[in-house]
Amino acid sequence: MADVTVGIVVFPGSNCDHDTEYAVASFPGVRPVMLWHNDHDLQGSDAIILPGGFSFGDYLRCGSIARFSPIMREVIEFARKGRPVLGICNGFQVLVESGLLEGALIRNTGKKFICREATIKVANNGTLFTDGYRNDEVLRMPVAHGEGNYIASPETIESLEEHGQVVFRYTDAEGRATEDANFNGSLGNIAGIVNRNGNVLGLMPHPERASEKLLGSEDGRRLFESMFRHVTGT
Amino acid sequence: MAYKAKIRVTLRPSILDVQGKAAQHALANLGYSSVESVRIGKYMEATINESSADDAGRVCTEICQKLLSNPVMEDFTFELEPVN
Repeated sequence: MADVTVGIVVFPGSNCDHDTEYAVASFPGVRPVMLWHNDHDLQGSDAIILPGGFSFGDYLRCGSIARFSPIMREVIEFARKGRPVLGICNGFQVLVESGLLEGALIRNTGKKFICREATIKVANNGTLFTDGYRNDEVLRMPVAHGEGNYIASPETIESLEEHGQVVFRYTDAEGRATEDANFNGSLGNIAGIVNRNGNVLGLMPHPERASEKLLGSEDGRRLFESMFRHVTGT
Repeated sequence: MAYKAKIRVTLRPSILDVQGKAAQHALANLGYSSVESVRIGKYMEATINESSADDAGRVCTEICQKLLSNPVMEDFTFELEPVN
């Protein structure tokens, strides 16, 4: 793979930033750079990742304060130009708070913080993040969140579905989007969505924690790989 | 002139409030069977320095819309009081 620079934004309270750096750096030719939230320089990034964690201690609402960090102005501009932005877990929460993605993420219906492996199904492999997967392919990735319950107005949900913006859904191991598999209560079993343009993805599961055999799953690798391939045009 | 804004942010009625539900269950366990439901919101106070109540109200509406509440899931109301 040709040279790719991936900017990983570090907010106070981010805690998956180094896991993400580690996963990204395992791809030949890919160079992660850590971007401090108070800076304004994306350091020539070809793609941006907002990592998981508890930015600003989840004060007020998850992601609500990080969304106004100085670097977010550049990240939003970058996204508006159609360049790839990936938000994982808390990063997804920051993306919905920033308005780059629609809807909101509220407390899990079962009240508990849920930390376990989840099975998700690829609902649309026609995006730059998912074209390395097959449609309906079932992936295993860890989740760890208290506020992962995706909600949006009925009109928004309808529009997301109509435009293929729902890219991942919680399912059982056979790929059925059952109520039992929907452990956090998300509308439509939604685990990840893209914006209308398809260049901004937010998902609650952690692909970086499913990026090598030793971790129990490599299913997250192809997400990063697709994104990097898109950047290099290969 | 300073104004104290007393801001209430509440989850929209259509949004499930798991905290409120847990509190209501606990109250039921305490014997308060007449407490049908509990909804938990946020109360905030902000001191706003503006020359008139209108200006303070405008600023308060703006900060509620921008940061203090999320219109996708929450509603807000506030009252202003002059501070001496």
